[in-house]
Amino acid sequence: MNMNNRVVVTGLGIVASNACGIVEFSDAIKNGKSGIKHVGELERLNFSCQVAGIPDYANETNLHLLEKYHLLEAGMNIKYSVIAAHEAWLDAGLPVPEINGTNVNNDTGVVIGSGVGNIDVFTDRIIPMIDKGKVRKLRSHIAEFTMFSAASANLEWIFALGNQVSSNSSACSTGTESLIMGAERIISGKAKRMIVGACEIPSPYVWGCFDSMRILSKGFNNVPEKASRPMSASASGFVPAAGAGILILEEYNTAINRGAKIYGEIIGTALNSGGQRNGGTMQAPGSIGVQKCISEAIKNARINRNDIDLICGHLSSTMADPLEIKNWTEVLQLKGELFPFVNSLKSITGHGLGAAGILEIIAAFVQLDQQFIHPSLNCEDIHPEISKLISPQKIPNKYIDDVNLNIIAKASFGFGDLNSCVIISKIK
Amino acid sequence: MKSDNEIQKEIIQIIEKYAFDKSKVQNASAKSNIIADLKINSARIVDIILDIEEKYDIEIDDDDIPKMITVEDAVNIIKKEIQN
Repeated sequence: MNMNNRVVVTGLGIVASNACGIVEFSDAIKNGKSGIKHVGELERLNFSCQVAGIPDYANETNLHLLEKYHLLEAGMNIKYSVIAAHEAWLDAGLPVPEINGTNVNNDTGVVIGSGVGNIDVFTDRIIPMIDKGKVRKLRSHIAEFTMFSAASANLEWIFALGNQVSSNSSACSTGTESLIMGAERIISGKAKRMIVGACEIPSPYVWGCFDSMRILSKGFNNVPEKASRPMSASASGFVPAAGAGILILEEYNTAINRGAKIYGEIIGTALNSGGQRNGGTMQAPGSIGVQKCISEAIKNARINRNDIDLICGHLSSTMADPLEIKNWTEVLQLKGELFPFVNSLKSITGHGLGAAGILEIIAAFVQLDQQFIHPSLNCEDIHPEISKLISPQKIPNKYIDDVNLNIIAKASFGFGDLNSCVIISKIK
Repeated sequence: MKSDNEIQKEIIQIIEKYAFDKSKVQNASAKSNIIADLKINSARIVDIILDIEEKYDIEIDDDDIPKMITVEDAVNIIKKEIQN
């Protein structure tokens, strides 16, 4: 394996609950603009958690784009992914191929993941039609809208990609994992460029699975923007959210030679699981596996433990938050004032499930590029187990722009005791 | 009963929805091959059939679908079903 290929990020695109488009998203996260709202349907369906983060994607530009590719009737994952990927592709300064062109871009591939896939197409169309005996009327797009690789395959078509075209899934680690898989493809020399990312639909059928576990936020249904409370003493569960995030990863020389703008570099990655042993379960991460993953990423990045300026945490507003901070303090061997800054995008957007990791990595690159740290909302009442370990000053409740951010760490922890960690850096 | 020309126009309007190069469809003639000339993805023929069935309140036999190669073929299939 060629260890010399460096991986940089040349384009970003996003559909998030609090903003569509990177410019709007940057502004929204900087100012702590929440995307979490009360959802009438969840109240009607007797959910304990009646708030969620649902993107408002259907502006004229996005609808026009979807119409161009005949995707106005597609499932939500395809729609979100196409909108975000188109933004990222243009952001990277790359030309959008003609639909009926003949050139295939053999150096570029795509990995778009999802936690649960295209459930909406089943619930909204397939199940009702088939149960009525109307399978003939499902129309021809239905198979290509439901397959798990639907988003990836549509991006392959739109951008005429000739390299790997895949979809990954690893629960709440999916988004971070998609980036790692794309990066590894480039490092191996098998691709020069990878579109990576993840998407997750808004659906009561998905969210109900977590509501039934009693792990969604409760008690904040009339104050939605306060419902997602990572690291807070009054956190009562996570707030579900939908959306998609896409990055264009590129081999360093390829990017430099075409004069691409570079947001930063992926300098270290690690993927592992805890085996659901030694404290790890299907639902909760085990510390040994978590710490091993973070340590490996740091070693892979060839940095020192105290080089990390900011941790963009997994921090989902659940009982696992204090343990996550404890794990970070133990791996970094830093506490109190010496601990890096830490924030959670989930406090602003909610938990995007399979898409969460990638939305958070995009937020990390935005902060790195624009040199600010976004606030972590709703933890004025920091959990006592956390304030024992780190200084409250390290959890910003307003943005901080008097910073020199060089290295940011991002980790995701998914059901199945799955861990992923990415270290990013300003380009040198 | 609509004229052949009227039916042809309506079919072209239906087909155009599935075209990426609309100009090819707008310039279509009776002899235009739906897949080869109008560049319609063969998978979408099923959708064109469903649209035709809905518009003319007819049912087209699955066996007739592969016979619908040109615009003229579509007109003739529709006329046959309307008369039945």
